[in-house]
Amino acid sequence: MADALRAYGWIVAMWVRSTMVYRASFAMLTVGQFVVTGFDFVAIFIMFVHTDRLGGFDLPEVAFLYATSGVAMGTADLLIGSIERLGRRIRDGSLDVMLIRPVPTFVQAAADDFALRRLGRIIQSALVFGWAMVAVDVHWTWDRIVLLPVMLVSGTVIFASIFVLGAAFQFAATDAAEVANAFTYGGNFLTQYPPTIFAKGLLRAATFGVPLAFVNWLPALHILGHPDPLGLPKAFQFASPLAALALALVAALAWRAGLRSYRSTGS
Amino acid sequence: MRVYAAIAWRTFRRYSTYRAATAAGVFTNTVFGFIMAFTYIALWRARPSLGGYDVNDAVTYVWLGQSLGMVGALWGGGFREELADRIRTGDIAVDLYRPVDLQAWWLAADLGRAAFHLLGRGIGPTLVGAFAFTLTIPGDLATWLAFLLAVFLGALVCFSLNYLFTLVGFWLMDARGVHQLAGVLAMFFSGMLLPLNVFPGWLGDLARALPWSSALQIPADIFLGKRQGASLVSALAFQAGWALVLWLAGRALTLLATRKVVVQGG
Repeated sequence: MADALRAYGWIVAMWVRSTMVYRASFAMLTVGQFVVTGFDFVAIFIMFVHTDRLGGFDLPEVAFLYATSGVAMGTADLLIGSIERLGRRIRDGSLDVMLIRPVPTFVQAAADDFALRRLGRIIQSALVFGWAMVAVDVHWTWDRIVLLPVMLVSGTVIFASIFVLGAAFQFAATDAAEVANAFTYGGNFLTQYPPTIFAKGLLRAATFGVPLAFVNWLPALHILGHPDPLGLPKAFQFASPLAALALALVAALAWRAGLRSYRSTGS
Repeated sequence: MRVYAAIAWRTFRRYSTYRAATAAGVFTNTVFGFIMAFTYIALWRARPSLGGYDVNDAVTYVWLGQSLGMVGALWGGGFREELADRIRTGDIAVDLYRPVDLQAWWLAADLGRAAFHLLGRGIGPTLVGAFAFTLTIPGDLATWLAFLLAVFLGALVCFSLNYLFTLVGFWLMDARGVHQLAGVLAMFFSGMLLPLNVFPGWLGDLARALPWSSALQIPADIFLGKRQGASLVSALAFQAGWALVLWLAGRALTLLATRKVVVQGG
């Protein structure tokens, strides 16, 4: 484990050095990431020019959802988001090179083309988070305060697991990398908005199918003091770590199964 | 002319080869369509007839966006990564001594791709949307034809924007940063996040005057029957005007960039 982490660190450092060769481009890409995700929030802001509440949530509350989802997604994307390039590596055969190196394939694939510019997304979300924390009308009790970091870490693990699941799927369907986007970026987009505006079927799928509701919706319902539109037991609002752990386990198994089934494209 | 038709056809064939990728794209666009449709419904429930749309118009707008997004390829997935790569590696020199016009060559290739994305990726999401929601679908042939013309003009505008942003690579070598900024502008000002008629005040005026509104807002408004008669003609003229201006700008920048290559080649 320690070896794997050290290897991850080396690969990351290498990519950061190579990125810094094109400084102007790096600066533009980071600012770009910042602005890309920023415009999402501008869109939400424009919505609130026309209405005070969306699904019963006011602007600071939606900003809170937006920011918690954004920080979790951004961190997962920074740490292992590059794993979505796996399909390309399978197609051009360069995955084989990773298999024969004395470092776990997972570590290499996760650190591959490590993109520091993704900090742009995290910084932008963190700024909105800061504003939401000031503006939101919450009676801060100790359980709500504890739930906050638990929610962010669990959300990161959930998004990271979905990235790994998407990559594992590419062992089976090399061309279909984009399917994963529906769950990673789509999941991020979904959890930026209040659960109350979505159909019950979609909410159930996001709770019991792909557990996106545990990224921020369920804990946020407790923190913000909103009723659960599905009427689930209160325990669900504290169950994010369990959901994250379960999904991580599924993702690990899927990755192993995928890697074992891998047949090189070479002859 | 025949050579350009052949290029367009070959690119169409090339994109149609990747069936799994196309299916994956349709799936992803459909998922995003569902999520966005619910957010728009929540907004239009709070403010019925916002921006001149009723709730069905708004939901239709969402699905049109998911269907047309790839036709313009404004946030990537088109020719620009390929062209940027050829500029960076110097392969562009080979393209320049081919007996075809560089700009027209890439336009032909991009129109082939756009045609495939309209048929292969465009129809699917809106069809799914039509089953799940009540959409505003035009009943007369004339509106459909005007819509298709607007989509075509929009594709021309998008090509020229992508082309211009990519040529900057001649000076910067790595065009990824420029492409990302181009994608940001396109995403916001095409009306992909929110219809431009919902943008408040001067921001709305600005967004509607910029070329990106040709990619989604204008075709969608024609589809929804918001532009008829003189208003329809002015919308199409707006798109054609931007297409011409941007094409000429591309001409000028190509000339400048070509000189730059000669300097590098010694």
